[in-house]
Amino acid sequence: MTVDLFFQYLFAGVTYGSIYAIVAIGFNIIYNSTGIINFAQGEFVMLGGMISISLLQFMPLPLAIIVAVLATMLVGALVEILFIRWLERPSVMQMIIITIGVSILLREVALHIWGESIRSLPYFYGNEITTFSLGSVHISPQVLWVIAACGFMVCGLSLFFKFTPTGREMRACSVNRTAAILCGINTRNMVTFSFMLSAGIGAMAGCVMSPITYTQYDCGTGLAIKGFTVAILGGLGNSMAAVAAGLLLGIIEAFSVSVVPLAFQDAIAITILLIILFIKPHGLFGSSEAARLRDF
Amino acid sequence: MKVSKTNKILCLCALVILTQVTTTLTGTQYYLTQLTMAAYYGLVVIGLGVLMGYAGQISIGHAGFFAIGGYISAAMTTHNLVQLQDTPIISFCSQMGLLMERQDIYGDQLLTFAPWAACVTALLLAALIAFFLGIPVLKLKGHYLAMATLGFGTIIYRLVLATPLFGEADGISEVPAFTLLPAIGSLPPIMVSGDFGLRVINYYLAWGVLIIGMILLLNLIDSRVGRALRSLHSSEEAAEASGVHTSGCKVYVFVISAVYAALAGVLLTHYNAGIGPSEASVMKSVRYVALVAVGGMTNLWGTLIVGISLTFLSLRGVFGSYDDAVFAAILIGVMLFSPAGILSLRGCLLPSKQEIAPAKEENL
Repeated sequence: MTVDLFFQYLFAGVTYGSIYAIVAIGFNIIYNSTGIINFAQGEFVMLGGMISISLLQFMPLPLAIIVAVLATMLVGALVEILFIRWLERPSVMQMIIITIGVSILLREVALHIWGESIRSLPYFYGNEITTFSLGSVHISPQVLWVIAACGFMVCGLSLFFKFTPTGREMRACSVNRTAAILCGINTRNMVTFSFMLSAGIGAMAGCVMSPITYTQYDCGTGLAIKGFTVAILGGLGNSMAAVAAGLLLGIIEAFSVSVVPLAFQDAIAITILLIILFIKPHGLFGSSEAARLRDF
Repeated sequence: MKVSKTNKILCLCALVILTQVTTTLTGTQYYLTQLTMAAYYGLVVIGLGVLMGYAGQISIGHAGFFAIGGYISAAMTTHNLVQLQDTPIISFCSQMGLLMERQDIYGDQLLTFAPWAACVTALLLAALIAFFLGIPVLKLKGHYLAMATLGFGTIIYRLVLATPLFGEADGISEVPAFTLLPAIGSLPPIMVSGDFGLRVINYYLAWGVLIIGMILLLNLIDSRVGRALRSLHSSEEAAEASGVHTSGCKVYVFVISAVYAALAGVLLTHYNAGIGPSEASVMKSVRYVALVAVGGMTNLWGTLIVGISLTFLSLRGVFGSYDDAVFAAILIGVMLFSPAGILSLRGCLLPSKQEIAPAKEENL
């Protein structure tokens, strides 16, 4: 493998890796506030892409993306209010089945609205063949958009959780819900808010990746599995580790193409997931001592 | 009023015969085709029902086991071995009677494994995979278990889609009939095939397999293993403290339910004379979980009834293009309003039932 090829693969890996990282962060936000793995996370990504593509006919691109993100946040809030908010002490099995049901419903709705056709947003800058040359490596400007958007979201989120009152309340909620209630935090609203936040982040990811990966009504499932792999790899609930794990998985996948056929690419991510689940279910960066206190 | 197990089985048998007679009398025998297929899917669903309801372990990868059964037997009974005829292994298999010779529609010679050899191989393979997958996977709980089994199902789907031997996106067609008993005198042969003349026999065959499977599972539930399972469902620590080999029990049931799914896969593949990758898809696995959940996790009869009737309606195309959406809506509705299954709704009328129902899904 030449040096050029190495960097080309590396950039492809980082691009996909940052998308996986965003999906994983979406998982983590909801997991932290509720203890639920939201199996419909991938559908938020799909919805973001689809809505922005449809809105593009009526408004300029930046506005379409903003409205799409807001609309998806609304969907996220609706999902929480309709299906999750009023359940009294739901079991894990119940939550798994409900969120899977929601993901299928969202997918079917998308199928009936947008059909089976594959769509995409236009490139934010230039077109398919515009490239930057970094030395001898060619990079599409969209790749930079993806990486920038991911970086922006990660920084924005960590600032949000550290410095804003709402962010702090959400963290309090995830650490100890009873104590949070005693401090006068409306935990139910925090849960709704975490669904909105994670839907919005997913939708944003769906918009920036759409020009590269295209959007179809069923593209969410694959992303959800990858995102979950990344969330587990980094340790469930740990968003910073999810970024590192996302990049790692993206790069492994990109390089795996040079060894095994493309058709098996997805199988590789899942094999990694299974191996991690078997030997280190608390993640690569999680501490095994804290893990001993939890159920896997 | 408590109906005994034997009476329930007899009722089911009577219903099966009644249905067949009714369809013959009214000239609506075409229903039998879907009823046969529904019975095979029912086999997957009751196997999964024991795993989910009694052992308390979710599996979103059962379509994977179904596909292992279907694809292995389809590939073995259609892959032509004529060119390898003289290699020692193949001639050894031939001497053992494992091979079947026939002609394809163009008159070319076709040498493949016999369906029963393929069936045994498929079931053994499914059991082995379930065993070696179950040991690490069943140590996990909740979300982790769900994702791990989902991951397994997805890997099988990807493998099937990417392997030329399994026909990639086209699947495998022209799978021969599975002859269980050759024609004796004037009696017709008993074989699993989609031939119209054999529709009634196949109907009884499928339901026979389903009823036998049901009896075996009911016995399992009432056995020592069944009691161990229920104890580990309500509290794994307590079960372990009372000397139940919890991990062994879970793997045991996982293997059994995998074999049920694989057997259904084998038989349905011979009945349909082919199998496609959609049988291995995640949506199928989710559908099996949905049927179990709707029927009631700890209610094998409910699972059977709901599994058969919903699958039958879906196969008849009653839900049209909203098929998946209907399943999702039912799934959500049941989980929200009646997590112990749709048949437990009558528990609202009978207070004794109501007390039992919520206690059952505390765990996992």
